Amino acid sequence: MIPYPFTYRRAGSVAEALAMLAANSEAKLLSGGQTLIAAMKMRLANPPELIDISGIRELNYIRVGGGTVAIGAATTHFEVATSAEVARAIPALAHLASIIGDPAVRYKGTLGGSVANNDPAADYPAAVLALGATVKTDRRSIAADDFFTGMFSTALEEGEIVTEVSFPVPQKSSYKKFQNPASRYAMVGVFAAKMKDGVRVAVTGAGPCVFRVPAMEAALAGDFSADAIAGIAVEADGMNSDIHGSAAYRAHLVGVMAKRAVAEAA
Amino acid sequence: MTAVSMTVNGKPVSADTEDRTLLVYFLREELRLTGTHIGCDTSQCGACVVHVDGKAVKSCSLFAVQAQGAQVTTIEGLAKDGKLHPVQEAFRDNHGLQCGFCTPGMIMTAVDMIARKGVMDRQTIRHELEGNICRCTGYVNIVSAIEDASKRIAGPKDVNAEEKAA
Repeated sequence: MIPYPFTYRRAGSVAEALAMLAANSEAKLLSGGQTLIAAMKMRLANPPELIDISGIRELNYIRVGGGTVAIGAATTHFEVATSAEVARAIPALAHLASIIGDPAVRYKGTLGGSVANNDPAADYPAAVLALGATVKTDRRSIAADDFFTGMFSTALEEGEIVTEVSFPVPQKSSYKKFQNPASRYAMVGVFAAKMKDGVRVAVTGAGPCVFRVPAMEAALAGDFSADAIAGIAVEADGMNSDIHGSAAYRAHLVGVMAKRAVAEAA
Repeated sequence: MTAVSMTVNGKPVSADTEDRTLLVYFLREELRLTGTHIGCDTSQCGACVVHVDGKAVKSCSLFAVQAQGAQVTTIEGLAKDGKLHPVQEAFRDNHGLQCGFCTPGMIMTAVDMIARKGVMDRQTIRHELEGNICRCTGYVNIVSAIEDASKRIAGPKDVNAEEKAA
């Protein structure tokens, strides 16, 4: 399969990428390309210009300290999965990165690309939302609760570039994914995090966009155990329904995976 | 058209190609290195896996222009001086292939995983093989071949240590 023609440009810095974007409003950013290139081959996406930001050094780093794990947007899933620093600070985050796609995808795919794309079944959005992370861009900081706005939609403006995601270090956390056996995307993935000021539970794969489960968070705030959420059912209304599973099946899985995540973290 | 240069199997190559040319087509049609296969063409099957700067990636999900200046290794580049790579030998000895279509990608993935992980148990090998699909479903022998290859590459010292521990 061959995409429509386009012009490829490589940016050496964020400033250069912004200038390229300003010069062509129809240009798209290319990071790991593991979603975008597939979409272009299917001719579902047809950007006239690609601006490759995967080689920008200032976007590739992992900094742990001051109660946060800050990761540059062009850092690959492989780099996060194999970082000893991330594994020490937030083991669930390193684990999440280690089960995205497959090894070849993890070598290319990036954190910034994943959150900017906001695929309903992507793994990273669950961690970003459950940990109450901050998405930093070339011009501002966006709280996780404001960032993911709908299916493949985010609060990003035209021409805005994600530069970093900063994750607060939780007291305890875990990510449990029930994966599609072919694509490894989440049928349902639940990230549960006990922060110093409360509990946050985020679900990916089940609905059109990653979401929190306030009833579980309230129950877990008093008693962080799988038993505390055993009786909490999640409504099937609005859940994804496709050949891989019905809405009711996914709603049930949310409860199952949430209990497993809490049991592992507790 | 864009002039693209890279090193493939140790040899510098240059060619004018469209920006939309995927690396796998560049290798197969421009360089005539047809050992790298196109299977699903949707980045799921892994038949097109090659090494770019030492990392096993899917060449159907990467444009040739992105590999500008890179060191690329394909299945054709593994054997040295007429002698098969240990992973290739292990696939032959363990009957790690049936129709052989997935084999180049399986072997390129195996070389990468052994470099990262050394000697592995079968469950780890299966997890690492998640991006490679064998339509003949010959996984048992593929896993055996990789297990065997990882021990050959680790060398007799490590194998002895494992035997003593067992």
